[in-house]
Amino acid sequence: MRILLFLGGWLVKAALILLAIVVLNFCLVRLAPGDVATVLAGESGAADADFLARTRAEFGLDRPLPAQLATYVGNVLSLDLGVSYRTRRPVADMVLERLPATLLLTGTAFLFALGVGPALGVLAAVKARRPADSLITVAALVFYAMPIFWVGLLFILFFSVTLGWLPPFGMRSLIPPSGELARAIDVARHLVLPAVTLGLFYVAIYARLTRGAMLETAGLDYVKTARAKGLPEWRVVTAHILRNAMLPIITFAGLQAGHLVGGAIVAETVFAWPGIGRLAFDALLQRDYNLLLAVFLASAVAVVLFNFVTDLLLRIADPRIGAAGG
Amino acid sequence: MSFWQSFLRNRGAVAGLAVLAAVLLLALSAPFLFSFDPWDTRGAPLQPPGEGFALGSDMLGRDVLAGIFHGARVSLFIGVVSTVFAVVIGVVVGAVAGYFGGLVDDVAMRFTEFFQTIPSFVLAVLLVAILTPGLASIVIAISVVTWPPVARLARSEFLALRHRAFVEAAVLSGVSHIRIIFGEVLPNALTPIVIMASLMVATAILTESALSFLGLGDPNRISWGYMIGAARAVFRHAWWLSVFPGLAIFVTVLAINLVGEGLNDALNPHMRRRTDP
Repeated sequence: MRILLFLGGWLVKAALILLAIVVLNFCLVRLAPGDVATVLAGESGAADADFLARTRAEFGLDRPLPAQLATYVGNVLSLDLGVSYRTRRPVADMVLERLPATLLLTGTAFLFALGVGPALGVLAAVKARRPADSLITVAALVFYAMPIFWVGLLFILFFSVTLGWLPPFGMRSLIPPSGELARAIDVARHLVLPAVTLGLFYVAIYARLTRGAMLETAGLDYVKTARAKGLPEWRVVTAHILRNAMLPIITFAGLQAGHLVGGAIVAETVFAWPGIGRLAFDALLQRDYNLLLAVFLASAVAVVLFNFVTDLLLRIADPRIGAAGG
Repeated sequence: MSFWQSFLRNRGAVAGLAVLAAVLLLALSAPFLFSFDPWDTRGAPLQPPGEGFALGSDMLGRDVLAGIFHGARVSLFIGVVSTVFAVVIGVVVGAVAGYFGGLVDDVAMRFTEFFQTIPSFVLAVLLVAILTPGLASIVIAISVVTWPPVARLARSEFLALRHRAFVEAAVLSGVSHIRIIFGEVLPNALTPIVIMASLMVATAILTESALSFLGLGDPNRISWGYMIGAARAVFRHAWWLSVFPGLAIFVTVLAINLVGEGLNDALNPHMRRRTDP
């Protein structure tokens, strides 16, 4: 029953957020200089007033704004996001075919960050004020201050150009190897550099957060009680300190999900990763606003999904949240 | 212990402050040391660092060192100005929410949460692209996506101060809400907001560099992110084109973070206990 209430509440919240984003999208379209008509006119070279008026009528741009908004919301609900100004293909199709690559990249980076960051933070907290702690703290400071695209370029220079270990661009080799497993390994090899590049920034954040939260929790009375009971140190660290210290990290990870998807634009541009971020960059170059807005909407959906996962994790980590909130 | 004493005891913060002063010096001296336009061709293209160009030249024979000096102006300007705007928006929303409470609080916080949910960098890209790239549109975009944490912080500070005796006294003596918010409560809530703002300057500089890397920088002003983005096609052969501007971004952001943490430790003893047992 509780899980149903949780799912229901989440669906309502997600729907409201997405609706608000659709409305925001609509407003952004209005802000853009020129509209579909001027773009098409510019392309076909026929820019007389009659052509503009006809095109506007065809796209419904001559109707009052609220009516246009209603149509737009209706269209989005039926997954009709309009056509690309350049390729004339439905932008929803273009985004959907690129989405798996982005989910693979951001998902891997997210798991990498959540796996490595807190572990380093725990290590630093356990070894507080010793060399291992200093090393981790300095590394976290460094990676927190580096622009993602720069890290990516340096990685390519070092791991691909100098050492020749990993492929620098794309998602697959030009001539993909035969066999399912070989192809998967091929993609995985291409995935390493972009995922690590995107994830390192968050590894740094999570390591710092975890270290702080661990040290804070370690001083609390119930931890002293656990030690006084004679529990082995590793049990105190994992079961008593870490479990509580994880809560702010998971909450923060949920908040940062949007940031992660944004970082994908930069990482995909650097590594020519064929996801929606790369699509957004191309749309940007061509001033293809329809496509850009579809990417924005898709990334918002991805963020809402990430938030759902972190909400779930939070409930698993802290049963009190479900019990109190209902 | 005075603020300066505890700030100066933090070696990282002092180093950060020194680096920051150096970057400020770069920005201020750029028009005198490199009085030419940093977009001008100054010699042969793609010269490695050495005699002709201290830090090498790019595909069009532009001086990388001059770009680093002039780029410091853009980074610092965008970092500071967009943070100021974000703090103003955040403080106003958070103060109104925390001070009035109730329905106003609910609406303001849902609004803030919404802005925290949307993918901020994607929105920034969209805003700059739609408003056409330039200093103004970059400042608008960065402040629109970075104010929500300030609002949440300001709200919690205002909630905590709202029912303190000096605020109640001001309400009872008929002082207007605006004067109470800005004259009585805000000065007492300022410390954590200043700390947060100092760290936001670093994030703003990182965001600006990513935007100009994607080609969304001000087309009339050279910036570090632009230099790296423009050199992408040749970066395997001309490492200096991406390494030096990237180093400039990294060192500046690191310095600001160190100063921000130093401020935090010096102004916020409770937080210091949290991170340094």
